[in-house]
Amino acid sequence: MTTDDDAPLLRVEGLGKHYGRRLGCAGVSFDLHPGEVLAVVGESGSGKSTLLSLIAGEVPADAGRVRFRLRDGRLADLTELSEADRRALMRTDWGFVRQDATRGLRMGVSAGGNIGERLMGVGWRHYGEIRSSALDWLRKVEIGADRIDDHPGSFSGGMRQRLQIARNLVTGPRLLLMDEPTSGLDVSVQARLLDLIRGLVAELGLAVVIVTHDLAVARLLSHRVMVMRAGRVIETGLTDRVLDDPAEPYTQLLVASVLAA
Amino acid sequence: MYVAVKGGEAAIASAHRLLAEARRGDPAVPEIGVDQIAGQLALLVDRVMTEGSLHDRDLAALALKQARGDLIEAVFLVRAYRTTLPRFGASEPLDTGAMRLARRVSATYKDLPGGQVLGPTFDYTHRLIDFALAAEGASEPAAQAEPAPDAARAPRVTDLLGQDGLIEASPPDEGAPVGDLTREPLDFPAERDLRLQALARGDEGFVLALAYSTQRGYGRTHPFVGEIRVGEVEVEFVPEELGFAVPLGRLAVTECQTVNQFHGSAAEAPRFTRGYGLAFGHSERKAMAMALVDRALRADELGEAGGAPAQDQEFVLAHCDALQATGFVEHLKLPHYVDFQAELELVRRMRAEHAEATQEAAE
Amino acid sequence: MTPRVRVPETGYNFAYLDEATKRMIRRALLKAVAIPGYQVPFAAREMPMPYGWGTGGVQVTAAILGRNDVLKVIDQGSDDTTNAVSIRAFFARTAGVAVTTRTRDATVIQTRHRIPEAPLAEGQVLVYQVPIPEPLRFLEPRETETRQLHALAEYGPMHVKLYEDIARHGHIATTYAYPVEVAGRYVMDPSPTPKFDNPKMDDCPALQLFGAGREKRIYAVPPYTRVRSLDFEDHPFRVQHFDRPCALCGAGDVYLDEVLTDDAGGRMFVCSDTDHCEARREAGHRGEGA
Repeated sequence: MTTDDDAPLLRVEGLGKHYGRRLGCAGVSFDLHPGEVLAVVGESGSGKSTLLSLIAGEVPADAGRVRFRLRDGRLADLTELSEADRRALMRTDWGFVRQDATRGLRMGVSAGGNIGERLMGVGWRHYGEIRSSALDWLRKVEIGADRIDDHPGSFSGGMRQRLQIARNLVTGPRLLLMDEPTSGLDVSVQARLLDLIRGLVAELGLAVVIVTHDLAVARLLSHRVMVMRAGRVIETGLTDRVLDDPAEPYTQLLVASVLAA
Repeated sequence: MYVAVKGGEAAIASAHRLLAEARRGDPAVPEIGVDQIAGQLALLVDRVMTEGSLHDRDLAALALKQARGDLIEAVFLVRAYRTTLPRFGASEPLDTGAMRLARRVSATYKDLPGGQVLGPTFDYTHRLIDFALAAEGASEPAAQAEPAPDAARAPRVTDLLGQDGLIEASPPDEGAPVGDLTREPLDFPAERDLRLQALARGDEGFVLALAYSTQRGYGRTHPFVGEIRVGEVEVEFVPEELGFAVPLGRLAVTECQTVNQFHGSAAEAPRFTRGYGLAFGHSERKAMAMALVDRALRADELGEAGGAPAQDQEFVLAHCDALQATGFVEHLKLPHYVDFQAELELVRRMRAEHAEATQEAAE
Repeated sequence: MTPRVRVPETGYNFAYLDEATKRMIRRALLKAVAIPGYQVPFAAREMPMPYGWGTGGVQVTAAILGRNDVLKVIDQGSDDTTNAVSIRAFFARTAGVAVTTRTRDATVIQTRHRIPEAPLAEGQVLVYQVPIPEPLRFLEPRETETRQLHALAEYGPMHVKLYEDIARHGHIATTYAYPVEVAGRYVMDPSPTPKFDNPKMDDCPALQLFGAGREKRIYAVPPYTRVRSLDFEDHPFRVQHFDRPCALCGAGDVYLDEVLTDDAGGRMFVCSDTDHCEARREAGHRGEGA
């Protein structure tokens, strides 16, 4: 079976979650195509991080479903995959770059080991090859080869995020989820990281869902923007259109930077 | 010529003879009687029974004598004895509401049906060494015992709160068999019956420290001591061939129930929750610490933020047992020649490689 | 040493444990044999010796011991270290079985930290005392997570540890408790035996049983099962080599103990397996220190 170029890679339908009586998010639906970058923006507490956890299957959804096009072309419901298949998918075809790098990295393991883990997880058993692949990825994310045996604890915030990206991309995933990857970094460090992400995404043709409160990040990286407020999507469209000509009053406030993140 | 070390057997026998001699101490001093230990070191005996999970005062006292007063060693002896005993079944749930009270205090009500009964307590004593105790002989005349409240008129505080639905109900007795971690391997996540069993058998110092950590912000539960009651309860058992409960005797226990905050959820109105502690004899500190940790371990069930050590059941249950801890820590004194040799060889080789590399770099 | 028979201790069942407990342990053993390398939970009893001193091995031995068995107990390869003496005495007292130090005469061998040098035969059972049965424990402290990793055969993290060794030391620096893959499926901790002994586990004619009392786990390697030490293609598994033979019996292919002979740096290397060493000397072999 051949994959139709117009077929979505990821299809999210009516996704929702309550925490007790508090709404996480509700009724979220969208398609994501190969190579497409979708930015989810909103204030903190708007449900955007919940949405990302639901897509990744880390938090069980109350409603809706997430489907992903497997390499055989089949659009599979993630909750219907076996745990083994789901985990295998997560560590080969998906990546998840977290806001807190200490959650996305093994802090007790060297940079090389962090990058190599996924390769060993899919059966690589040649130390030299694992090592040269790790070196290759360190170069791609602009970390010096001499840091390969250092632990991430000795890395700066920006380097840790770049190492997280390398660790996730080493198996050539098709979908990358990113949760506020630049927050908490200095402005100049942010710019360099965004530049790197933009280059890699274009080069590798990655589909990306990036959650950010920073509209400048959305403008720089994404093709489309989804605006969330109080757990619901209130506006969605091409990035330039939404940011330059917002339809919703709330989005207008957000763009005018009246609302603090 | 070197001869491989021999004579372990003889050495062990000699060590055991020395131990017996050291245990007896100065032969000019009268030997301590098991009845003296049971009667005069009663709280220590209570602790050995609790952590040994076997209610037998004389056996616990004897174990303490044999162990030269080493608490954990005494618990060890009691447990090793307990493991060989036949098991007839589980008793009926103890009715602590019908306890013959020796002590009963509540921190949540100034006065309550049945009143506050101080009983024999260290609370409010001044911790001044009483040198008069060093001189044997005449003791103070016994205090006039406070009139013990009629059990029927001293209901448990949690029962009083329960009448208004202010506190969660005790989980209903569904007749399901009670777990026993000495008969089944512990499987995580463990249910509350097993958690309570582990805590009851757990090392008092460890459980106390965990309880303390919850008070200092590591898994806070906002506890009030609803009630501590100490006294005797009747134990009943249903023999299969009879089909009805028969009393087996009376047992001294300490029970602590804490009353803790709970904010409610979408489905449930806010109400108080409970932590539960129970120990043999008069073991107030243990029962209180157990109740705090029991409540902390319910974080998941109650949808509370977790992450503190006292809320982590794998951490708490895997490490609270003094015998498991002492055995594994002390096993480090067993020979490890073989593993050490392997490490020695590795370090030597790595040092040689390092020296070589340094030399090369210098050249 | 000739096998000795002593009067069993009265007041206890044969081999200390009651029959119901033995049956429970045997059920766990059968399951363990059926799923090689899989850790079977069992309701380990409290034993009269401390946790970490062989309670798991003692329970397994007690559950399989019959009146006609001949028992050998070694610790660090030696029959005469105190803990081996103590455990052997325990079974002599509670079961009254014959005991031996000769590997070939034994039907059941309980061991801590070594596998005998003399090849084992069909019909023999080797019982290992295990302190930490979970090979993934130091990568992942949570039981719920390690169970998941075993179930899905996700052994990537195990190789990360070996990778880190090579990155730091230039070679795999794990010298004992070296992880193995059993029958192509489960990754297993061989107990803290030196990796020198790992090859003896592979395709072994004897039944290998592992008991961890404190951690309440039993696992097994049935006879003639493939046991492969984890490694990398370009950093294959290697055992330790000593650059000298045993000073007493001259054996060159055995694991040696280093013995300090004086306080001026004098040392000699002798067989860790004392029975093997004695047998060789009786057969006329001599080392340069003998």
